[in-house]
Amino acid sequence: MGKLIRFIPLILFIALGAVLFRGLSLNPTELPSAMIGKKFPEFGLTSVLNAEKTMTIADFKPGIKLVNVWGTWCPSCRYEHDYLNKISKTNRFTIYGLNYDDERAAAAKWLTELGNPYQFSAFDGQGKLSVNLGVYAAPETFVVDHNNIIRKRYAGPLNPQVWQNEFEPLIVQIEAEHVAMINSQESQ
Amino acid sequence: MFNKYLVVLLVAIVIFFSSLTMASPVDTYVFQDKVTEIRFNALNKELRCPKCQNQNLADSNSPIAADLRREVYELLQQGKADIEIVDFMVSRYGEFVLYRPRVSSLTYILWYGPAGLLFVGVIVVVIILRRKPVKKAQRTLNAAQKSKLDQILKNK
Repeated sequence: MGKLIRFIPLILFIALGAVLFRGLSLNPTELPSAMIGKKFPEFGLTSVLNAEKTMTIADFKPGIKLVNVWGTWCPSCRYEHDYLNKISKTNRFTIYGLNYDDERAAAAKWLTELGNPYQFSAFDGQGKLSVNLGVYAAPETFVVDHNNIIRKRYAGPLNPQVWQNEFEPLIVQIEAEHVAMINSQESQ
Repeated sequence: MFNKYLVVLLVAIVIFFSSLTMASPVDTYVFQDKVTEIRFNALNKELRCPKCQNQNLADSNSPIAADLRREVYELLQQGKADIEIVDFMVSRYGEFVLYRPRVSSLTYILWYGPAGLLFVGVIVVVIILRRKPVKKAQRTLNAAQKSKLDQILKNK
């Protein structure tokens, strides 16, 4: 017993060292979203390309949706834009833009010059919807399922590798859930 | 000659960096009364900026902090209570936005850990203090040891 007590400081030191060592490899800017599993918030915002038209959640097409937060002030958004253009050609999901803290003219110019992967881009100059979504930087991409439930928030630019690791499995899962739901409704 | 240039260079560096000093953001919000203004400032000090993680909303110049300050202001104008405003932020940004985390099963160790460690320390100190008299009592020699000690001393 007496000998064991001598080793307690060493054991405590090793335990503390292990905890702190783990902390070295954690990224403190990777925050979990508080919105996962919640309904996509209601909004009424004009479209970047049409200041007259107010878009709401009813303007989302049925099916899986990606909501991509972007701004012309954000270099990483420029980096991921070509990839967004590429994946927007699919019919597995539709992509919507949320233009955050930006100027309408600059945003419209961006979309006409670089291509427009979005069904529409909501112009959120005041950051209203962005705050409701818990957005803290751009780019961020939300995955919204058939029932308008937020399933995922990814902070950072998209590229093929991120897509394969982070998005593809979830999209496949949501598709499977949807098929299962339709089947169970038909059998009833 | 060299020193002269060095002085000029140092002065230039000092002027350059002093021009970079950033003032805390100044918003021009108008409040209906002093209490609301005090609550506004207190909330901005309590809430952390999600983007610049070591600053609170009051200190940060980032666009997101400006948006959140405006949100706090609007919620105050709507007559919301402090707790409702804090809940509003937590439901969107998570517990992370609070500089003083709430007491929950996740944060017990944070809140009660220091007191617990102090308690353990007190126990250890008490044990050590109590053990000493016992050791002293053991130091008295029994008859066999005494005769052995006498022998050793005699032989010397």
